[in-house]
Amino acid sequence: MTKHIRVPRNAPRGQVHLPAWLPTLAVVVAGVLILLSGLYSVPQDEVGVVQRFGKLVRIEEPGLQWCVPFGVEKVSPVAVERQLKQEFGFGTPGARNPTQYSPRDQWELETTMVTGDLNMALVEWIIQYRVKDPELFLFRVRNPGETLRDVSESVMREVVGDRTVDEVLTGGRQEIVSVALERMQEVVDKYNMGLRIDQVQLKNVNPPKPVHASFDEVNEAKQEREKLINIARGEYNKAVPRARGEADQKIQEAEGYAIQRVNEAMGDTNRFNAILVEYLKAPEVTKRRLYLETMASVLPRLKSKVILDADANSVLPLLQLDGQEGGRR
Amino acid sequence: MKQLTKKLGKGVVAALVIVVLLVLSGSLFRVDETEQVIITQFGKPVRKPIVTAGLKLKVPFIQKVNRFDRRVLEWDGMTYDDLPTKDKLFIVVDTFGRWQIADPLQYFRRLRDERSAQSRLEDILGSETRNAIAKHELLEIIRTSKDREPVVDEDLLGIDGRGGTLLPIQKGRTKVEREIFDAAAVKLKEFGIELLDIRFKRINYNESVRRKIYDRMISERQQIAERHRSEGAGEAAKILGEKERDLREIESTAYKKIQEIRGGADAKATEIYASAYNQSKEAVELYEFIKSLETYEEAVDEKTTLILSTDSDLFRYLKTLEKKGE
Repeated sequence: MTKHIRVPRNAPRGQVHLPAWLPTLAVVVAGVLILLSGLYSVPQDEVGVVQRFGKLVRIEEPGLQWCVPFGVEKVSPVAVERQLKQEFGFGTPGARNPTQYSPRDQWELETTMVTGDLNMALVEWIIQYRVKDPELFLFRVRNPGETLRDVSESVMREVVGDRTVDEVLTGGRQEIVSVALERMQEVVDKYNMGLRIDQVQLKNVNPPKPVHASFDEVNEAKQEREKLINIARGEYNKAVPRARGEADQKIQEAEGYAIQRVNEAMGDTNRFNAILVEYLKAPEVTKRRLYLETMASVLPRLKSKVILDADANSVLPLLQLDGQEGGRR
Repeated sequence: MKQLTKKLGKGVVAALVIVVLLVLSGSLFRVDETEQVIITQFGKPVRKPIVTAGLKLKVPFIQKVNRFDRRVLEWDGMTYDDLPTKDKLFIVVDTFGRWQIADPLQYFRRLRDERSAQSRLEDILGSETRNAIAKHELLEIIRTSKDREPVVDEDLLGIDGRGGTLLPIQKGRTKVEREIFDAAAVKLKEFGIELLDIRFKRINYNESVRRKIYDRMISERQQIAERHRSEGAGEAAKILGEKERDLREIESTAYKKIQEIRGGADAKATEIYASAYNQSKEAVELYEFIKSLETYEEAVDEKTTLILSTDSDLFRYLKTLEKKGE
């Protein structure tokens, strides 16, 4: 290798004579490398907070960026667009956020709350938040994640502590969520944490396990109440419309009777009037005729007829004479 | 000789460079945005505390950099397992606070480091918390708003219509927290600590009280369940009563109407008959006659035994013709 390099005569033995431009090249290459080492990229959902000798100098947007190397400038990435989640009373495994949930043995303590009527409820909830101000987030509060957890627990208890157990367990959920969100944000702003809470969601809200059965009992009793009422309604519905129909039927019948009665009366009187006209023409004869006609229709129907001589004294002699069926002659 | 001086000169330059570097490294230091610094000389603070970030200077070797956090720091209070409230309920209380080193010189003089600060915070805040709990009834620590009207679910009231209410309070949680804060903040100030906030993180019933609370909740629920059952039975009875009432109303109304209809019809018929039969003396006579005949026709059937005299109009010709002829 040394063969190809021209060795000056006055050079000490064993020393290789480098070309004069080589140190310059080395310096240039080293300089370029050093400058290149200051290159870094900021991912889409982050910003890079740059500190020079510890002092905040600028905040870089996503993309390829450069900072002064050699520890002069330091870059801290902050995920400003990423929504972060914290869970209370439970935990979804595989979280990237180190404060997403607490150790399992804390879960029961997290959920157990005293309500405003001094009852107890188990409340699970989550909050979703993001970094609003990277400067505050990095420099203002130590352990912002833990701080947020503390705030969230404290506020949720404050809100639940102002409500009855029934409000917490049933009706008041939406209201609890909105009040809690508002107050959490207030405290977070007070601490200047640089966070924005997007959402508070109640997950499972339950009575404590030992009283679970009695809460179910209330629901059963409610069902039972509905059942009893429905049965009674059923009986009402079975009887009353039918009675109404039957009453209508009877009324219709009565109306039928009324029409019939009047019609009959008119029929009878029309007939009577017709007869009367004839009768007035010849009263005696007509009377006699009517009498005889009636007798003619009545008498044949009779099985026993007794005709007495008007001069005989009594009915008796005749009956004796004839035995039991005296009428048959 | 020339070479010697050259070598010596090189050595001096190197030494000088090293000395300059040493001096520089001993006098330059960086302060982070999260930090504040006190410079001490032989253990005694000199100069004002440095509270801005960046590259700073000091006298090398004899001055020392003492760094303190400038951020809001946490204090996670010990969990007390059985603090008695004024109404003698034993509760579990967990508090947290946030504080800041407001006067680093004072802080440095009195406490030196954060470990002793944390233990002092625990002493002061812990004892103030215990005091506050003992002075107040549980309700005052649980509730916040004085006059919040709860939304009452009719379905969850007890038999006597009670339940779903919030008892009145005097102060409330926020005020009690404020009292602890006020008492502790003064005491902490002399340590150079500014207390920013203290809050109850968790308040729960102590294990021994919990059993009683469960029993009360259970009896409350049973009462509600009982109410539903009796309400159901009552409501059902009411409906059955309504049924009975409606049935009677329907039937009697119908009866009334029927009687009216029939009565009206009868009256009309009577009027019609009367106007026909009563029109003249002859009409009356004829009516009586016809009616009598009709009655005979109806009254007489095959079982009737008719005893007629030869005197009768029908049979007077049976015995003799003369009689008529006489």
